[in-house]
Amino acid sequence: MALAFDEMRGSNGQVRPAYAGLDQWLRDLSPDVLDRRRREAELLFRRIGITFAVYGEAESTERLIPFDVLPRIIAAAEWDKLRAGLEQRVKAINLYIKDVYGRREVLRAGVVPEDLVFQNPVFRPEMNGMSVPHDVYVHIAGIDIVRVDADTFYVLEDNVRTPSGVSYMLENREIMMRLFPELFSRHRVAPVENYPDELLATLTSVAPPCASSDPTVVLLTPGIYNSAYYEHSFLADKLGVELVEGRDVVVRGSFAYMRTTQGLKRIDVIYRRIDDDFLDPLAFRPDSALGIPGLMTVYQAGNLTLANAVGTGIADDKAVYSYMPEIVKFYLGQEPILKNVPTWRCREAEHLSYVLDNLEELVVKEVHGSGGYGMMVGPKSDRATIEAFRAKLKTHPENFIAQPTLALSTCPTLVEEGVAPRHIDLRPFVLTGRDRTRIVPGGLTRVALKNGSLVVNSSQGGGTKDTWVLDA
Amino acid sequence: MLSRTADNLYWLARYVERAEYLARILETSMRLTTLPLAYVGSTNEWETAVATAGCRKSFFAHYAEANEENVTEFLAFSIDNPSSIRNCIEVARQNARAVRTALTIETWETINGAWLELKRFGNGPPSRDEFLRFLHWVQETSLRFDGSAYRTMLRNDAYWFSRLGLYIERADNTARILDVKYHMLLPADERVGGPLDYYQWAAILRTVSALTAYHWVYRDNLKPWLVADLLILNEQMPRSLASCYENLVRFCDLIATAYGRQGQAQRQARTIRTRLQNSRMEEIFQAGLHEFITEFIADNSALGAAVNSQYLQ
Repeated sequence: MALAFDEMRGSNGQVRPAYAGLDQWLRDLSPDVLDRRRREAELLFRRIGITFAVYGEAESTERLIPFDVLPRIIAAAEWDKLRAGLEQRVKAINLYIKDVYGRREVLRAGVVPEDLVFQNPVFRPEMNGMSVPHDVYVHIAGIDIVRVDADTFYVLEDNVRTPSGVSYMLENREIMMRLFPELFSRHRVAPVENYPDELLATLTSVAPPCASSDPTVVLLTPGIYNSAYYEHSFLADKLGVELVEGRDVVVRGSFAYMRTTQGLKRIDVIYRRIDDDFLDPLAFRPDSALGIPGLMTVYQAGNLTLANAVGTGIADDKAVYSYMPEIVKFYLGQEPILKNVPTWRCREAEHLSYVLDNLEELVVKEVHGSGGYGMMVGPKSDRATIEAFRAKLKTHPENFIAQPTLALSTCPTLVEEGVAPRHIDLRPFVLTGRDRTRIVPGGLTRVALKNGSLVVNSSQGGGTKDTWVLDA
Repeated sequence: MLSRTADNLYWLARYVERAEYLARILETSMRLTTLPLAYVGSTNEWETAVATAGCRKSFFAHYAEANEENVTEFLAFSIDNPSSIRNCIEVARQNARAVRTALTIETWETINGAWLELKRFGNGPPSRDEFLRFLHWVQETSLRFDGSAYRTMLRNDAYWFSRLGLYIERADNTARILDVKYHMLLPADERVGGPLDYYQWAAILRTVSALTAYHWVYRDNLKPWLVADLLILNEQMPRSLASCYENLVRFCDLIATAYGRQGQAQRQARTIRTRLQNSRMEEIFQAGLHEFITEFIADNSALGAAVNSQYLQ
């Protein structure tokens, strides 16, 4: 594993231009200020109630995601390239999903193997032959990006079901501006505060044809016990739309309505933060108490937009991921601007044997896993873990992919010993409406707070940083 | 507005109001226990406290004896008592969290702050001093909630539903405190206004923070019928039943006007207010204060039921 590229100091120790202001500011600062601000930030987060839940921890159902007070900075030129790549990728993903549930040209051409689609548990036969309003399937995408050197960004993962984290992007900026006005006065930082407006514009643009010119949008949450509930209520508030739970919505005839203090009111667009499985107990899991019985019939009648659409999981599966460069080429006839991490598909015999021979060097991921669960980082794992994965790989190779252990870029982070480099990634949010694609500059930077750790997920001890796109 | 949102706002306000009421009951009881028995009679003020809180039955299901330790634990900290101060704040915060979007930052921070603070108090008070501080803190939380709602919330249905919860709860509390004290103090053969019950009546007024108001309004010694008058019919007194119903009629009407439709809730609120307006204290005492109050409590909860079926489900 090569030495990690540092976003501030590059590979040679020289401060990169975008970080010059931050570097100078850090030098001017008296040493205890950062720690004091860190404690202030924690107090603010707790008072505002920005919490998340970690499943399986009975003790505390509400925890704070650690927030690092040092920003991660992206130069405008770097961002322009990223943005073009993100737009391209999400465009291809939308075309791919429409195709899979429609003409299936991508399968007939042999670009993606059929069984990866049809035997995939997240494939929804209910969507076959159905058209969704304005042909948009993925309205909100969170594309995870990692960087390995000055010029190379990889897409690590596409999240096109119900990606979360955008509230942290917004709150991190607010808190940073409160804590460090002096630091901001030295920089010109592209704003992110318009995200809710962009999201609302996106959602209203995709209302079904039967809706009025002022469509009713709601945000559907599983409820207060969901780990991302804070984000759901935060977004509903910023969007100015009702935050509904399944029990607030009823289906009458071929429309969906919410129960209000003035009787039933028709709903046109649901920004849902509930998985497909729980959406409609009549169509999917019958034991779901979170969903709305009959919702799929409204959807199939074309009287409702779901954002994101049902069945988008067939595009962000880790096995499908490895075909994404071909998918981009197939639909757009272009070379992908953003590269994939080189990936071995264990379902293919040749790849499997390479993976088995090099387990100690590789990261092995479960195809359906997420949140940092069900993965093994070879160089950081002991013998027993590696052997356990070897056994799993031999029994169910199709459940796994493998990638080289990347030297994720690092960024200066405030830790107990002071300021030290820690590994980071980036999740920009891509909004696709009827009219156009909207991306606010930056996104959510996640940081692995443990020294040397490559796992940035909040459920595994990761934190977040404010992300700046700077003219420099 | 979502019915569930209105429901959460309504119960949020009710539970905050209830927590304050419990804190007031406990504070008054502590004060009464410091008086010589000759001044307060042989009544067990801790049993009175439980009865005033309206949870006598569930209390004796958990404890054999109503003493300071048991009652304090049950009314303030118990998780088994759904209406303990702890649970009131817990439930209020759950309701608040479910409607974050309908609350202002200030209102939310009051409730969330109280909930965080509650954890510091643990499962019981280490000392009487600490406990008294706790009770004052609960009352301040309620004041801050009320004040921040009053000063920061938009005057729309969200605000109106939260006020309905507050006044229905407050009317219920005021009625109960009168009833229990009256009942315990004045058995059939006792002479009304005897010297014995002076401190008990003063305690009632203190519980609803009306002792000074009493003197300003009546310029007289404490007399049971005047205390009852102040708490039932006097519209100047913000905790009186009459005042609560002035507000309930007003907020019901504001909702009806905004929605363009009247219903059972509006009719029920007006009926109760009219009855209060047409009542005279002498008639109430002649017909029986207890009967009057029992009927009021039933009517008041019928208003709650009407609001619920008209708007909250």
